[in-house]
Amino acid sequence: MALHPKKHEMPTQAPEVRAHNFDEVALGYPVEIALEEAKRCLNCKNRPCVAGCPVNVNIPDFIMKVKEGDFEGAYQIINQTSSLPAVCGRVCPQETQCESKCTMGVKFEPVGIGRLERFVADWHNANSKEAPKQPQTNGHKVAVVGSGPSGLTCAGDLARMGYHVSVFEALHTAGGVLVYGIPEFRLPKSIVAKEVETLKDLGVDIETNVVIGKTLTVDELFRAGYEAVFIGSGAGLPNFMNIPGESLKGVYSANEFLTRSNLMKAYRDDPHTPIQKGGRVAVVGGGNVAMDAARTALRLGAEHVYIVYRRSMDELPARREEVEHAMEEGIDFRLLNNPVEILGYNNPDDPRDPKNGFVTGMRCIRMELGEPDAKGRRRPIPIEGSEFTLDVDTVIMAIGTSPNPLIKNTTAGLEVNGHGGIIVDENGLTSRKNVYAGGDAVTGAATVISAMGAGKLAAKAIDEALRG
Amino acid sequence: MYRIASKTCLNPTVTQMEIVAPLVANKALPGQFIILRVDEDGERIPLTVAGVDKARGTVKIIFQIVGATTELLNHKNEGEYIQDFVGPLGVATHTDGIKKVCIVGGGVGCAIAMPVAQEFHRLGAEVTSIIGFRSKDLLILEDEFRACSDKLIVMTDDGSYARHGNVTVPLKELLEAGETFDMIITIGPLIMMKFVTLTAKPYGVPVTVSMNPIMIDGTGMCGGCRLTLVRDGKRITKFACVDGPDFNGYEVDFDEAMSRGRMYFDYERHAHEQVCNLLKGAN
Ligand SMILES: Cc1cc2nc3c(=O)[nH]c(=O)nc-3n(C[C@H](O)[C@H](O)[C@H](O)COP(=O)(O)OP(=O)(O)OC[C@H]3O[C@@H](n4cnc5c(N)ncnc54)[C@H](O)[C@@H]3O)c2cc1C
Ligand SMILES: Cc1cc2nc3c(=O)[nH]c(=O)nc-3n(C[C@H](O)[C@H](O)[C@H](O)COP(=O)(O)OP(=O)(O)OC[C@H]3O[C@@H](n4cnc5c(N)ncnc54)[C@H](O)[C@@H]3O)c2cc1C
Ligand code: SF4
Ligand code: SF4
Ligand code: FES
Repeated sequence: MALHPKKHEMPTQAPEVRAHNFDEVALGYPVEIALEEAKRCLNCKNRPCVAGCPVNVNIPDFIMKVKEGDFEGAYQIINQTSSLPAVCGRVCPQETQCESKCTMGVKFEPVGIGRLERFVADWHNANSKEAPKQPQTNGHKVAVVGSGPSGLTCAGDLARMGYHVSVFEALHTAGGVLVYGIPEFRLPKSIVAKEVETLKDLGVDIETNVVIGKTLTVDELFRAGYEAVFIGSGAGLPNFMNIPGESLKGVYSANEFLTRSNLMKAYRDDPHTPIQKGGRVAVVGGGNVAMDAARTALRLGAEHVYIVYRRSMDELPARREEVEHAMEEGIDFRLLNNPVEILGYNNPDDPRDPKNGFVTGMRCIRMELGEPDAKGRRRPIPIEGSEFTLDVDTVIMAIGTSPNPLIKNTTAGLEVNGHGGIIVDENGLTSRKNVYAGGDAVTGAATVISAMGAGKLAAKAIDEALRG
Repeated sequence: MYRIASKTCLNPTVTQMEIVAPLVANKALPGQFIILRVDEDGERIPLTVAGVDKARGTVKIIFQIVGATTELLNHKNEGEYIQDFVGPLGVATHTDGIKKVCIVGGGVGCAIAMPVAQEFHRLGAEVTSIIGFRSKDLLILEDEFRACSDKLIVMTDDGSYARHGNVTVPLKELLEAGETFDMIITIGPLIMMKFVTLTAKPYGVPVTVSMNPIMIDGTGMCGGCRLTLVRDGKRITKFACVDGPDFNGYEVDFDEAMSRGRMYFDYERHAHEQVCNLLKGAN
């Protein structure tokens, strides 16, 4: 049988259509294509792909099930190691994880592992009627802080083992970055909502509007009878560049821009929460967050959207697929450029001019790549005298986030590293007894799958600690 | 969902409510705030905790009807519910070592200032309160302030009640007459806080201002509430929701804060009109 050298394309909405709506861009494999794609897997004995997945999803076995047409069986295999396949299949950076190790990829394109995973999860969600069984309770109580992928996973695993779990979430909706950060067109909110519903069916209490460190402290949770606490509070604190003009009107952190659009639904025609729509937009940064902000701005009606990134295409940290989609949609990539100042309107004759203080442009400087540093990344160096101005009226800073210090500041004895990340051992245990942590709160901004993996690990460790 | 335990109109545009939120009531300290959403899909707005009743598990809020969300909130009645209510957020007002304090409140800022004045009174500090309003029918909380102040001065901009003029006038008189304070705490419109700070400056009295920038999450996640402090010539970015809302008045860049506060001006006016029309239709 001749092997198909290329991954089967996933149908997508046409770029010129999707650039104006918030519906999902990639539509997923239909059954026939999934079957064809599954045939490309060689079922390698040494299973290199499995080692490339941060949680070691049993890839060849699930793909064999797909080949056999046993999609539910495939789901059950993935589910042994991953709680959020519908999410990870969509958002994992497969090209640097599972698919980077795929044998097929040596000569041809790797197997579309992520696409198959998404197919299987979507099939299960659409067809499985099985209601989750309420597990036998074991009488132990555990608190989970934060409802991102790490918290949801830890809660789910513990609930299935019989623990009574309460998840405390600061915002009014559960899901963490999956609801306030990653936009609808990449990850439909209904998928996240379904995961949350499943947890509720398992008996997990989801307490929104509770800020741990403010409404309740970690110590108070123990006093209230929780025997262990998992902290999955993420890395939500946005960084700014500290260049002149960052306080002008029209400068957003990506978190603010995306929160206004996603969580507060400013993308709808009649929102309660305002957002600057239209005009010319510059997004600073090159990660997934920058791509999401740029493509959201476009969908909100921007005339022109730039990505301004100080290194080159090779270093761009975003998922390949998102970069390709962004380019197809007409996002203008200004690589090897770095902002030095944001310019604002100022009418010297009229201090009350309503236009005063709004962004009018961004001064940038061109960069070149120097010698590779210790990590092998080539350092960008400004080219003297190469400054120029981009005419924009919105600037979105997507240059990274750090863990929020709220919990650290209110929990005595909880140690963090120089970047604010909570320090944990190999089981996710922090410097405080029975306090575990994982996900971005530990690592700084990372990935959904690693956060999920950390939640799983901690659930296992908590179970061992409490039942000994 | 959070039940409205009571509702009182303080004046035609200012309403007081008590909301059942035992966890918040248990924790809130003067100077802290909450964020609420009136209904599903509503906007998140910050309001100061104006008092708590731990026994009943209620939190008091006092709000001025200025736009769409406060209009919708005011439309709710006792016994009805609001969607979300989270807090207490922000850092409580520092009271340590302050024996003699002057509280300067303007308009609905008096509602934010009142629990702070009450706290100083409770701690045994000497409290001078200066509260100002545009006119007599906007006056609120006079009795409450009288009860917790050693000295109370009421001002109206138009002279329709008590003394004519704005709050900086009596403040300057007091300072000029040699009155000293360990701290002046001022809460109200930005322009008023700016001038209170400028008034106090020649006398070297420390000033705390309560900043009210536009907020969303209130947990330090969006950075929308950022403001700039100028300290030793260096500009420092702070997030009002987690680092504040109280700041050293001498460090705050008021002009920038005023400019940022007007970012959504047109949008807000439009949204307010829409809600007003909607509610008119409902009546
Ligand atoms: C725009 C964007 C796009 C991304 N795209 C991708 C992608 O394509 N692929 C990928 O793998 N990763 C992506 N990521 C990264 C990924 O989403 C995160 O690594 C992951 O969500 C981290 O999960 P977490 O559980 O650690 O925390 P989070 O998802 O950040 O969740 C933390 C939760 O805790 C809550 N919380 C915080 N403090 C408190 C407190 N004190 N009390 C109560 N609750 C609290 C927060 O409100 C939040 O809901 C993206 C991130 C962003 C922002
Ligand atoms: C920490 C803090 C504590 C506050 N405490 C009180 C209080 O106790 N009582 C009270 O009446 N008001 C208080 N405010 C102001 C209150 O949040 C706003 O009046 C409210 O958000 C207006 O919402 P709206 O939709 O009705 O009006 P909008 O139509 O949205 O706005 C009307 C005007 O209110 C201002 N405004 C809008 N959004 C905000 C916001 N999020 N924060 C501050 N100002 C805003 C703008 O200048 C605008 O012009 C506080 C604000 C902050 C930040
Ligand atoms: S979880 Fe992510 S990395 Fe692992 S197999 Fe699935 S798509 Fe690949
Ligand atoms: S490495 Fe590729 S071809 Fe081999 S088992 Fe894994 S997915 Fe299949
Ligand atoms: S309100 Fe979002 S960071 Fe302060």
